[in-house]
Amino acid sequence: MADEKQECELFSAGHRACGGCGPALAARLLLRATGKNVIVVASTGCMEVFSTPYPETAWEVPWIHSLFENAAAVASGIEASLKKQGRNEKIVCICGDGATFDIGVLCISGAFERGHDITYICYDNEAYMNTGIQRSGATPYGASTTTSPTGTCAPGGNPLPKKDMPAILAAHGAPYVATSSIAYPNDFVKKVERAINTPGPCYIQVHTPCCTGWGFESRDTIAISKLAIDTGLWVNYEMVNGVVEKAKKVRRKLVEEYLEKQKRFRHLFRPARQDAEIAKIQAIADANAEKFGIDIKLRKPAE
Amino acid sequence: MEIMEGSHAVAEIVKRCRPQVVSAYPITPQTHIVEDLAQMVANCELDAEYITVESEFSALSACLGASAAGSRTYSATTSQGLILMAEVCFNAAGMRLPIVMTIANRSLGAPLSIWNDQQDTIALRDSGWLQFYAEDNQETADLHMITYKVCEDHDILLPAFVCFDGFILTHTYEPVDLPSQEEVDAYLPAFTPYHRLDAAKPLSMGMYATPDYYMEFRYEIDRAMYRARDAFIKAGREFNEQFGRDYSGLVEEYRLDDADIALIAMGSICGTVKDAVDEMRAAGKKVGLLKIRTYRPFPGPEIVEALKGVSTVAVLDKNISLGNGGAVGTEVKSALYGTGISVYDYIIALGGRDVRKRDIAAVVDLAEKGEGDMFYGLRTEVL
Repeated sequence: MADEKQECELFSAGHRACGGCGPALAARLLLRATGKNVIVVASTGCMEVFSTPYPETAWEVPWIHSLFENAAAVASGIEASLKKQGRNEKIVCICGDGATFDIGVLCISGAFERGHDITYICYDNEAYMNTGIQRSGATPYGASTTTSPTGTCAPGGNPLPKKDMPAILAAHGAPYVATSSIAYPNDFVKKVERAINTPGPCYIQVHTPCCTGWGFESRDTIAISKLAIDTGLWVNYEMVNGVVEKAKKVRRKLVEEYLEKQKRFRHLFRPARQDAEIAKIQAIADANAEKFGIDIKLRKPAE
Repeated sequence: MEIMEGSHAVAEIVKRCRPQVVSAYPITPQTHIVEDLAQMVANCELDAEYITVESEFSALSACLGASAAGSRTYSATTSQGLILMAEVCFNAAGMRLPIVMTIANRSLGAPLSIWNDQQDTIALRDSGWLQFYAEDNQETADLHMITYKVCEDHDILLPAFVCFDGFILTHTYEPVDLPSQEEVDAYLPAFTPYHRLDAAKPLSMGMYATPDYYMEFRYEIDRAMYRARDAFIKAGREFNEQFGRDYSGLVEEYRLDDADIALIAMGSICGTVKDAVDEMRAAGKKVGLLKIRTYRPFPGPEIVEALKGVSTVAVLDKNISLGNGGAVGTEVKSALYGTGISVYDYIIALGGRDVRKRDIAAVVDLAEKGEGDMFYGLRTEVL
């Protein structure tokens, strides 16, 4: 199976994604993991738009997009239909964080509760990018977006924490929940393979930096995703039947190394450095490190 | 022939239409249908996947996915549930998926009302779904077979509402002649999807269209709607040949031949109107009924043809386009433009208010006096 997958790319070049697009890389890796025997269900969003401008498509596997918020419900129907027909294609949803954390929660909750044999992948670029960088439930604390802008009365950017979707889906009884990052392609491919081969509803949240929305050079996409992990602001882990296994350990760097490279966090450093806000974000990373036990060697936060 | 509840008759005929995936959410007065179907699946009488979803929105979304994957699908809903599905309705039509849904017509809140009118389906008249309205439970059951045949025709490929009035038909026991499984199988062939999601033959469905393509997609849907006129007539004729009940008309005439005044209505109210027409005829009044069976596609040419020789038309609208009168009346006026026929519209029976034969006679009196385009039967004392 693995050999066949490597022979050709099932996510074709020539799509309309920006150079350095994290989600485009996730799509390509996803299909390497699934091979041809898959049906992909997309939500409305950047990936849907850049990969399927009629009459062209980048998807060389069956692909369907219905609406913004209903991919999990559409996938439920496809699964029921295939079951009735005795077919065995894997069903994979690939949806952005707005579609997953916010508008699609009802459909996802229903599908996971019912236990459909589907894999739901959220490509998390931490805001509504297709509509012009608005805040979603996945936007991290402190990030400036067009709907959580900084201003004289709001110097800190997004005042709300990132929602813990993996925990919410694990609480539905999902047998396999994982986080991953395009910085580690083999990790993502392996997790997708595990998810699609695990019966029942599985969830993978893959960190896919958006150079346009986050404000960094397109050549730095992988470096930025690595820094998210190296600072503890993103943790790669697997939850099997609700229990965390295999969190990726790191020698942790200070969060400001990650923050200062992105325009969405620039207000924390210029015109004046906001130490208190940076400390709050460092505390989020510290809490992640504590919760998942990722520190190889703990470093003290900056004074 | 068996005496049975309208909802039960629907469930029985849907079972015989062999949907492979059923997905529905409970809402009054539709619930008896989906309860019956769930029981049939539990009893292995219906070989379908039954998905108990968390909302109507997901019910239709699941049907959309199942239909795209190549299965015959079914759902039923009403009122608020249908409006919650609205986004998926437009989407399913645009994707040309022949989903069939029974609608137990009911009013929309606010104020909350569980009772009958036809506001719910009328509100979705522009969604690209075929809309067929039944007068009684026999017609409701029969229309399901015809509807699947029309929808799944590869020249049509559109979803459809089979509409029957909430409570007035859903909860009423009437004699219904249900065809056997063998008879239904002989009439309705197995579903052969025009295209489907299939790893052996990859395709992309639901892509986005730039201004260079969008209008052509909409045009194609509109053409399919017009082709559905002939498809409905053909399926109705085939039905008549096999079962001896004729639904081949997009409209149905009742005592219109020499009529001066024509009433126009849809759904169960037509039964009351027919009785009222008989009484008025007995009293010497030349009045008849034109029943609209297919609201989408709209039978404009058939209405013009049927009303030749009529001087006055009274349209009974169990809905209102707030700020512009009833939807049926508006479209009838449009169809009759230039004929010189006087058309008066009456908003009637909203939110389950009863309509009696004397109300029909009163409407005819108003039309004769040239008084119309009004709410009929308002309780002015509570205004």
